[in-house]
Amino acid sequence: MASGLPAWAPLLMSVLVFAGGSQFLAVALMTGNPFAAVLGGMLINARHLPFGLALGGALGTSRFARFAGAHVVIDESTAFALAEPDPARRGRTFWAVGVAIFVTWNIGTVIGVLLGGAVGDPAAYGLDAAFPAGLLALLLPSLRDRATRAAALAGSLIAVVATPLLPAGLPVLAALLGVVAAVLLPTPAPAGEKADDVVQGGRPA
Amino acid sequence: MTILLVILALAAGTYATRLAGVLLHDRLVLPERLRHLLPIAATTLLAALVATAVFTEAGRLAVGVARPLGVLAGAVLAWRRAPFVVVVVAAAGTAALLRLAGLP
Repeated sequence: MASGLPAWAPLLMSVLVFAGGSQFLAVALMTGNPFAAVLGGMLINARHLPFGLALGGALGTSRFARFAGAHVVIDESTAFALAEPDPARRGRTFWAVGVAIFVTWNIGTVIGVLLGGAVGDPAAYGLDAAFPAGLLALLLPSLRDRATRAAALAGSLIAVVATPLLPAGLPVLAALLGVVAAVLLPTPAPAGEKADDVVQGGRPA
Repeated sequence: MTILLVILALAAGTYATRLAGVLLHDRLVLPERLRHLLPIAATTLLAALVATAVFTEAGRLAVGVARPLGVLAGAVLAWRRAPFVVVVVAAAGTAALLRLAGLP
């Protein structure tokens, strides 16, 4: 391990914390400043609260579903589930993606710990472009809605501009200010939410 | 020992955050107009994650062009309704090839 941590640390963290960005931050800060590692990680993970609010019923109604499902509320399961308009399939999608990524993420951590630096620079394989491209692909259907598009654009701009100014995690949270853009737009007919762009008066896709 | 405590504290805090969102969804009684904003807020957060992953690096604005162009290639394919796997592989492949060609 380049960070000098015992091998069990990243493994335990992958299973229990299960949130990439905060895990990297915690590994970097753990031995130097443990309080910053916890608080910084929590800040990065604060976005999962609004994710849970938006997903709502997708986890299922049973107590077990809600308490176990909460652990796999992540960027990817949220994005895949929200891209699915049908409520029944939305639940299945959430669980399929959440569990699949939980398994692969932890297998990946084991491989990463075993191989260490032998893998080389992930950027050489373009892997740093894969995550945002995949996430963007999932968001495209939602972005057909005019109000959502306005909020997403404003929020993205705020987050990028704020990145050099604020500690990790806060810029993405600050993007929530972009939702104001959606509120300020004149509300389209709520019944036509999933209808074509043309009906909503948006630009054709 | 410190390491274990940090991991347990971060794990507890993160799980509490996730569970709070899920449980609040059941308890919170919101007018329809506000409820309508919840998926918009989630999409906005995810879009901001995309934007910062593309245009920033380690707390700074990123100057490279390989990653933005890779993501752009993926976005165009997604727009043309290409399968998800094709989008992701094309984005990574484009960025990797541009770097191989010497672009930052």
